[in-house]
Amino acid sequence: MTTLLTILFDGVAYGMLLFVLSCGLAVTLGLMNFVNLAHGAFAMAGGYVCAVLVNRSGWPFLAALPMAFVASALIGLVLERTLYRHLYRRSPLDQVLFTIGLVFMAVTAVDYLMGSSQIFIHLPDFMQGQFNVFGIGVGRYRLMIILICGLLTVGIQLMLVRTRFGSRLRAAVDDPRVAGGLGINVPQVFALTFAFGSGLAGLGGALGAEILGLDPYFPLKFMIYFLIVVTVGGTSTITGPFLASLLLGVADVAGKYYVPKLGAFVIYTVMIVILIWRPNGLFGRTAQR
Amino acid sequence: MSSDQGVGAISLRGARWGHGETAFWLVAAASIFLLSDRYLILTEMAWLGLFALSLDLILGYAGIVSLGHAAFFGIGAYTAGLLAVHGLIREPVLALLVAGLAAMVLGFVTSFLVIRGSELSQLMVTLGIALLLRELANKFSDITGGFDGLQGIVIDPILGLFAFDIFGKVGFIYSLVVLFVLFLLARLIVNSPFGLSLRAIRNNPLRAAAIGIPVKRRLVAIYTVSAFYAGVAGALYTQTTALASLDVFSFERSADLLLVVVIGGAGYLYGGLIGAVVFRILQDVFSSWTPQFWQFWIGLVLVLIVLLGRDRVQRGVLWLPRQVLRHWSARASGTAAGGSSS
Repeated sequence: MTTLLTILFDGVAYGMLLFVLSCGLAVTLGLMNFVNLAHGAFAMAGGYVCAVLVNRSGWPFLAALPMAFVASALIGLVLERTLYRHLYRRSPLDQVLFTIGLVFMAVTAVDYLMGSSQIFIHLPDFMQGQFNVFGIGVGRYRLMIILICGLLTVGIQLMLVRTRFGSRLRAAVDDPRVAGGLGINVPQVFALTFAFGSGLAGLGGALGAEILGLDPYFPLKFMIYFLIVVTVGGTSTITGPFLASLLLGVADVAGKYYVPKLGAFVIYTVMIVILIWRPNGLFGRTAQR
Repeated sequence: MSSDQGVGAISLRGARWGHGETAFWLVAAASIFLLSDRYLILTEMAWLGLFALSLDLILGYAGIVSLGHAAFFGIGAYTAGLLAVHGLIREPVLALLVAGLAAMVLGFVTSFLVIRGSELSQLMVTLGIALLLRELANKFSDITGGFDGLQGIVIDPILGLFAFDIFGKVGFIYSLVVLFVLFLLARLIVNSPFGLSLRAIRNNPLRAAAIGIPVKRRLVAIYTVSAFYAGVAGALYTQTTALASLDVFSFERSADLLLVVVIGGAGYLYGGLIGAVVFRILQDVFSSWTPQFWQFWIGLVLVLIVLLGRDRVQRGVLWLPRQVLRHWSARASGTAAGGSSS
């Protein structure tokens, strides 16, 4: 029973992390139908920025986290304005080729600059270790991840529902042409959202370095996970990807614990089945626009 | 009935051999004698070209984008490897066919998953299937050898007559012959009424369905054929290198393949072959600059191709051959006084 709860806890932490990592991708896909396979590269950038700041410059971990966000968001903004925006109207094949090219470049560039071995971020002492709650082992670091990601999720949801920018974004997702006709600056909304999503990915990369591991092949290794979250969760809401991330996180941790021989196999199969069964995602709206 | 004649005439014109095609295959055959110190890289070009031909069949003619074509390549490679290791089928040509058929079965089964849904779910299903197979090959490492690959692949002489030599000459000629035969088959397929109906589907599936083309059945058929080609390419790879490891399923292989087809251009069969030659030369040049980091330049090439536009790049690659051809055919028609070559 206690192991079950520990697995659940670890799975939730993992899922929350996946959500922060991939919600930017959900918005990019939903807003402009842009297949961004390079999303993981932004996460990796954040992770490495945090690692360099903490390990080499001696910044405190909690101060380096926002910097990871800012760095990835800036990279995202610059790339969106210079390269990505030319490709919104192109075919998915072009978008796929372009973003695969970016991934290859990011992977080898990081390999060249930082070496190909896995990098660990020195965590402050108070985040390490476990404590027991009613006999359940609770990792301090995982608890912190759940707290930070939980707060972020609530913040994103509030921003989407309550603020003017959120309603503009939702309008643009629903129908870019009509939104443009109502005077909403859709390209600007998209640039900001893209930057924000990249920043979130960077933050997720920094937070997840301890759990997911951080090496130059991060974007390739986790690409499929981001895609699963987006396809299973659908791109029309933010709660869809959130639930999908939790499901994926718990399923992955439980799968690796109970049936280590099958592991990722189960997840890929489930993804394919869901794609066949409900092409718009489990939580996506059934009506297509 | 005049419209029938029109279609027939067009497809006949497409099916006629041009000077360029003859020249292409003559150059390929001449490379056996002229580039005798480069057999290994030439062999790689041959199986890569066949693999690219397979993707071109679905991408260029049916408009199906696949991010996981390595799945079929890998099945072919492992089938050929396992057949050789366990001595089930010792004869390479027969093993090649069996490997192709194994991939074909997988292609047929998965085609139903791939052809339904949008382009995005196509991408993800194909990617997912390749990853799934890689995971399976990893888990059943007692059969596949896991990360180390299959050990002890020994390939018997082809048809019991030609043994593989250490210089790779026999391997190259074998690959080239297989490529040529399968190319002829592909050429027949795409110029047949079946191939024309595929092009109609690619251009507009709704309209194609409206004029009575069974869209789904045609897509299943070409996907299955394409899987066969990829399986044969994988088997050729295993037979000529005596290797089959997990990286036959890797995402990079599928991604590189897309680049190969895009360099040469999709939709006229030679694109994959030209792309394979150019890609392999590029890879060679890049890895001589920066041995570990050649993939960076490959990525840069991909980004640049997309930014410049695929059509423009394709025209650039074909510029020199076209100029030569035009010059040549102009002179030929001048001497023959009124040839109808275009």
